[in-house]
Amino acid sequence: MREIIRMITVLTVLCAFAGGLLAAIRQGTMERIENQQLQFVKGPAIMQILKGCSNDPIKDRFKIADGKVERSFFVGKFEGKPKAVALETAAKGFGGDVGVMVGIDVDTGKIVGVAVTTHSETPGMGARAKTDPSFVEQFKGKSSQQTIRVTKDGGQINALSGATITSRAVCLATTEAGRIFKRLKPEIQKDLQKFK
Amino acid sequence: MAKTLVQEFTKGLWEEIPPFRLVLGLCPTLAVTKSVENGIGMGVATTFVLVFSNILISALRKLIPSKVRIAAYIVIIAAFVTVVELLMQAFTYPLFLKLGIFIPLIVVNCIVLGRAEAFASKNGILPSTADGLGIGIGFTLALGALGAVREVLGAGTFLGHAVFGPSFEPFTFMVKAPGAFMCLGLMLCLMNLVGKK
Repeated sequence: MREIIRMITVLTVLCAFAGGLLAAIRQGTMERIENQQLQFVKGPAIMQILKGCSNDPIKDRFKIADGKVERSFFVGKFEGKPKAVALETAAKGFGGDVGVMVGIDVDTGKIVGVAVTTHSETPGMGARAKTDPSFVEQFKGKSSQQTIRVTKDGGQINALSGATITSRAVCLATTEAGRIFKRLKPEIQKDLQKFK
Repeated sequence: MAKTLVQEFTKGLWEEIPPFRLVLGLCPTLAVTKSVENGIGMGVATTFVLVFSNILISALRKLIPSKVRIAAYIVIIAAFVTVVELLMQAFTYPLFLKLGIFIPLIVVNCIVLGRAEAFASKNGILPSTADGLGIGIGFTLALGALGAVREVLGAGTFLGHAVFGPSFEPFTFMVKAPGAFMCLGLMLCLMNLVGKK
């Protein structure tokens, strides 16, 4: 009996210590990690979409509370005026969530660009959504306020051959971005005033 | 026959070098040695875990009941691996992306649990530290060497810089899985040849 109590005590104390240590380190590194992710993962996608902008979209960003979620919006200034915002959405792909950064023109509601950020899709197949620029090029100029679909589902986007599920995920995520944009438009426009 | 501290340290660099002598930790060895940078990065991460878990396990060796020792070691090792993972995310993000899933897999790397069970649980803190450091640095060197062979032959670069001219046709077999096995086998053969005096 004493032996069992000893075993339980040792393991419990050990786990409590491990938990505490990890919580402390996580707390200490959380902000730095967020910055690193912005720089290396979302950064390239944002720069791709808002190419030619005169500011630093990563620095010029603001957050809006959308229900329980906090969404980040990255501002792209063109000709001195904040013209577009980029936001990140995700949809279920083949191997997991496909993260998509969508750039929307705030005045016209048109899609300025789309770029895949994170994914677990098959290399050479669904992963081409990130590596093949001609796929995401198709989204440019389309209205963000419509449901975007692949041609197989009656839409206008040519899916990547052999990667219909991934293509559908990108369409879903882009459509969702449009819906979020419409829903939060008044707040977005208000926050954009700060960047004029 | 007690060894000196220095001997505990240097044995990890030759006689008991994983993965060539101890033949442990082969999975990450094959997977991350596509380039020198990845290999050394993985080696450093593993060394960190080895040293700290050896120290803690050695310090607690009289307190952990024998029947739950494996569970206790795994908790300690997993905690340090997570610490390494968080630190890599915070300070070396591109390397973290490249090593991917193999960082959490350090928990089940046989080298770490093997040294904990075979050495740290039976020896003092200082020898355990030396053991962890030696084996860890030996592992890093082995990964670096294997990574160098595979990167130079398979991609024509070393640490990302081109070594040969543009006319070099890379031996891409080397950066794939079969090439890794062959390379490892040849290194093992070489070490045995040199070791047999």
